[in-house]
Amino acid sequence: MLREDFVIRFAGEGGQGLVTSADALARAAVHAGYYVQTFSTFPSQIMGGPASSQVRISNRPVLSNGDHVDILVALNEYAYNHHSDDLASDGVTIYNAEEFDLPSGGHYFGIKADELAKSTGNARAANMVTIGAVATLMDFPLTEIDAYITERFTRGRQGDDEIIKANIEAVRLGVGVAEEAGYRVGQLAPANVPGYEQVMITGNAALSLGAFAAGLDFYVGYPISPATTILLWMENNLVGKDRFAYQVASELEAIATLVGAGYAGKKAMTATAGPGISLMGEGLGLAWMAEIPCVVVDVQRGGPATGLPTKSEQSDLLVCLHPAHGDVKMPVLAPGSVEECFYAGALAVNWAERYQGPVMVMSEMGQAERGENIRKPDIGSVKQESRSIYTGNGENGYKRYVSWDGTVPLPPMPLPGGPGAYVANGSEHDEVGDTTHLPDHHIRLTERRFRKLNLLNDAPFEIEGDASVALMPWGSSKGPAREAYDRLKAEGAEISWIYSVALSPLPQAVLDALKKKDLVIVPELNYLGQWSGLLRQEGINAVSITQYTGLPFRPGDLAGQIKQRLKATKKAGATR
Amino acid sequence: MSARNPEYDFAWCPGCGDFGVRRALEWALEDYTSDHEIPHNNNVIVAGIGCSGNMVHLLEGEQPFGIHGIHGRTLPIAFGIKAGRPELNTVVVAGDGDFLSIGAEHISPAAKRNLDITCVIMDNGVYGLTKGQSSPTTAFGQLTSSTPFGKIEQQLHPLKSYMTMGVSFIASHYSSKPRDLAKFIKMGMDHRGFSIVHVQSPCTTYNDTYDILKGDRKKGIEGTAWIVEDDHDPTSRQAAEDLLERPGVPLGLIYREERPTLEQEQEKVRSAHPGSSPAEVLETYAV
Repeated sequence: MLREDFVIRFAGEGGQGLVTSADALARAAVHAGYYVQTFSTFPSQIMGGPASSQVRISNRPVLSNGDHVDILVALNEYAYNHHSDDLASDGVTIYNAEEFDLPSGGHYFGIKADELAKSTGNARAANMVTIGAVATLMDFPLTEIDAYITERFTRGRQGDDEIIKANIEAVRLGVGVAEEAGYRVGQLAPANVPGYEQVMITGNAALSLGAFAAGLDFYVGYPISPATTILLWMENNLVGKDRFAYQVASELEAIATLVGAGYAGKKAMTATAGPGISLMGEGLGLAWMAEIPCVVVDVQRGGPATGLPTKSEQSDLLVCLHPAHGDVKMPVLAPGSVEECFYAGALAVNWAERYQGPVMVMSEMGQAERGENIRKPDIGSVKQESRSIYTGNGENGYKRYVSWDGTVPLPPMPLPGGPGAYVANGSEHDEVGDTTHLPDHHIRLTERRFRKLNLLNDAPFEIEGDASVALMPWGSSKGPAREAYDRLKAEGAEISWIYSVALSPLPQAVLDALKKKDLVIVPELNYLGQWSGLLRQEGINAVSITQYTGLPFRPGDLAGQIKQRLKATKKAGATR
Repeated sequence: MSARNPEYDFAWCPGCGDFGVRRALEWALEDYTSDHEIPHNNNVIVAGIGCSGNMVHLLEGEQPFGIHGIHGRTLPIAFGIKAGRPELNTVVVAGDGDFLSIGAEHISPAAKRNLDITCVIMDNGVYGLTKGQSSPTTAFGQLTSSTPFGKIEQQLHPLKSYMTMGVSFIASHYSSKPRDLAKFIKMGMDHRGFSIVHVQSPCTTYNDTYDILKGDRKKGIEGTAWIVEDDHDPTSRQAAEDLLERPGVPLGLIYREERPTLEQEQEKVRSAHPGSSPAEVLETYAV
């Protein structure tokens, strides 16, 4: 039977090469023209502990991790016990027969991958034995795996040929075991090879690259899951003339450093997770108050406190909108896919420069660390906005903080070393930045700071359909929500779609569309229903479908819950 | 009010030590600027929160750039400025509460990096702006508004702390001799690396230590401030540590060490790793 997609999960212990296996399979599939999305869960510890890594392979763009596992590779008994419930009814398990055994009669078979790999003369090819068995179960073309292996190990080194030969042989040994077992899960439908260039990239890397493409030249950060990979990316890539990337001593230090760099004219960014956002509150308030461009990325994980450091949750929305005390509302971009991470990274840098203030980007663990093949971004077309810089006569005490009604361009910002010395001040201030407590100044500048948000009106959004009930996911729940939406639409459900990368300021067109709906359903990974609560503040009839398991939504679960809502709404409408 | 802004509504108390420090800083900035033939706009003052931080608004004459941020974060703000724009002469002005209590965690990293900035710390041993609470440098047993029965926490010895943390230039002085003080602030600016000029700057309202520092023959008080002898070798760590074992407040250069700054180390990295363009980095993800 032809099938459009497969989910293959490798489960075992951290350090068993789970990610490597899923990645190798994903890359072989991309090589063959398929779409993939990987996903890993692992405990917050260096070695060992239960972990898994999976790949979903499809002949259409992959929107989520899927519902069920079609092929489970269980490297130990614990993994089998804990993941077999996720198997689809026709799913098959390949278990590590060197570790444990299962009674005969189930939908599974054992494999001794290490032993077989050793027989090829290359003990490191064990994952290729397994991949050969997996490929057999889904009728994945072996020629594509061979081609991937050849490309992967052609590195211009002596011995490349032998490694390639051993790996291909390992694949064949795995095929032999699977064929002998006699299982088939289905046949992967032929690939629809995309007609455009692609890259295989994670959400965090895409976000970093997007910011870099927009001219980012300053980064500081403090290690914290799941934002650390952005720090590492920057340390490796944001090097060179006039660029600076550095690991600082805390998030308190990171945000204050960012303010200094932004004040001095750099395009500056940091990335952190919930605990870091909590610490950055006061510094973000300073950036807002003194009007300093900078970008803060929150790669969300489970909270509060140390929470669930390596799990998925979308519970930082309220704190990202209002991280600081006082009258503050941050611009917030929440990209909903790996591809959107790239463009949100770029837009955030541009927004910070344009409105001379701090910008928040909200990603999330699942989206940050998963690999996906996406359309190759056109670096050349990425806009690079730069703040307007004061070039006047260098008067003593430049009036940077004048009233601004929005009808003229925002007054330029002087840079140290250039003309127009002034004081950037975190206390309320007058035009030159000197502290003042007079009501007039506080009124004037509070209004100026909020009015500037009107400059941020060019983030992408999607409005589809005119059914009176709309689905509006935000951030990383977009993918599973879209998959659920597409299924419901195919079944003829009456539902429309609204989505916005910018959660603040919310584009006027999105707000108008939302206000026309009888009901807006918001799937979100938190207990409070944070986004629907904010929509209700705007007078919109919004309800959340919440989930707080530490895992992303499954499209099937979501579709079921949305259906129930639609049914209930219809009933209520009929009796009205 | 200030010389340039009659509407500015903050003022130091009459006799505040910070007046003398301000004069000294103005002179040091002038000297540094003319010595190095840099525009005055290349000077950036990073101010802490507290009475002393207001100095950034009260400087007279040609204005430097300034940033008056949040409590305790002068050093990271200065780090951002200096790391981003190494050509700027970056000076921190902060008090003992801002620098040594809420902001203390930032001193050690700045010292380890040997960040090329100069800190002028005004130590009055009390929180003045919030009206007289105890600070890390308040004496043991002293009565303040927050220690009504006497302070039961040991007094911090900032100069010894700076030594321990690896600060590469340490000077100590007081506010009553602005000409001399200016010399040491300028010396700190000239020093390539992290320099701290720690200044006793008395609070006439809550902790008036003028008599204790300078002495008063009429009242029979012997001053605790003493001038560092000409034969002190500030390049010797041992000599500096020995000097700090002596009681009272030394006036002069305590310690100076030449070692590469963060900017110099950074330049080394940059010349070894010239970096790639975004388009080149993108290619590493090609499939």
